[in-house]
Amino acid sequence: MVQAPASEKPRGLALPDLIGNTPMVEIHRLAPDLPKDVVLYAKLEGFNPGGSVKDRPAWNMLKRGLEEGRLIEGKTILDSTSGNTGIALAMLGASLGYPVHLVMPENVSRERKRVIAAYGAEVTFSSPLEGSDGAIMLCREIYNQDPEAYFKPDQYFNEANPEAHYVGTGPEIWKQTEGGVTHFVATIGTGGTVMGAGQYLKEQNPDVQIIAVEPDDAFHGIEGLKHMASSIVPGIYHEERLDRKIGVGTEEAYDMVYRLAEAEGLLAGQSCGAALVGALQVAYKLQGGCVVVILPDWGDRYLSTNLWLGWDSERSRAEM
Amino acid sequence: MVVQVRIPTPLRKFTAGKDSVSAEGDSVGAVIDSLEAKHPGLKARICEEDGSVRRFVNVYLNGDDIRFLDNLTSPVKNGDELSIIPAIAGG
Repeated sequence: MVQAPASEKPRGLALPDLIGNTPMVEIHRLAPDLPKDVVLYAKLEGFNPGGSVKDRPAWNMLKRGLEEGRLIEGKTILDSTSGNTGIALAMLGASLGYPVHLVMPENVSRERKRVIAAYGAEVTFSSPLEGSDGAIMLCREIYNQDPEAYFKPDQYFNEANPEAHYVGTGPEIWKQTEGGVTHFVATIGTGGTVMGAGQYLKEQNPDVQIIAVEPDDAFHGIEGLKHMASSIVPGIYHEERLDRKIGVGTEEAYDMVYRLAEAEGLLAGQSCGAALVGALQVAYKLQGGCVVVILPDWGDRYLSTNLWLGWDSERSRAEM
Repeated sequence: MVVQVRIPTPLRKFTAGKDSVSAEGDSVGAVIDSLEAKHPGLKARICEEDGSVRRFVNVYLNGDDIRFLDNLTSPVKNGDELSIIPAIAGG
């Protein structure tokens, strides 16, 4: 048998090569009465290897760090996160061979804690009363104790975060809709997705409407999303670049998660529910158009959270 | 019974910025009513109109989720600590 020269052998991809190029599905059974010239697509970021949209900025921030010589052997990757960025950094750190130290509020879901532990990352928990801003402050303290020991991607202030969406998410949407997208809807966690992909789409067609979705109140239950008026505003977030911002209530976001699973077969997280509430508000007001909404992750990492506790008791009552 | 109630950041506008306040009562529900009397507006953030705890809010009594105790009728004693914990925001 003739062996192919080594250089011609098929080669496997590296883990970061699997990030991006996520599929889009059309949402139709959930909203069968949309105007006939309106189409709604959901981009499923759960298809990233770490299970969420956060793989994109996490990898781009690490890649920039490696290219610029700031992430070098001996450094530990350190950042604060509400969960999905932590999972992405822990996964990539394991793949690249760098230790990872994450600061998260203690009340992140059990599934997230387990996944991060499985990747071998060290975790420091911040007070659950202080939310993600408490994690940001504690992470700064840890970093300042020994800045030389760490590479801190700093997802809230690192332009490589929106850049990941400018070079990835945005062009993918443009290509997948063959330049037909008219409205882009994304939730705000750090603001990276809506800023980066939004900028790319605007540059292709200034008429594309960029719409951000956030919780309608500072005290909310949409894990992963920021209510900007009451939070440390990320440096990468520029509200003036948005065409519109929609506030969504926790209850309607949760209800949308249940409807999405039953009507479309998509089990998503609570931020996906919020994103879809916003996207449907936009879509129903159009006479014609192509709305693209980002669904940041899948729902299986929230099964132990209040989202499903609430559903369970309601379903139980209905069955009684 | 006097208990300490730990207040999360988004609700501190009701407690003049304090992260912990005292309240009275012999059950978790009574403590929440006492909180409302001292800091009007708080109860509506924690509870539904029918008085039950909102779906996304977790109330812990000395570290235990009251959903796994006797919910709002869980008894409290002097020196207990009640914590109101919302979901996690952003990134």
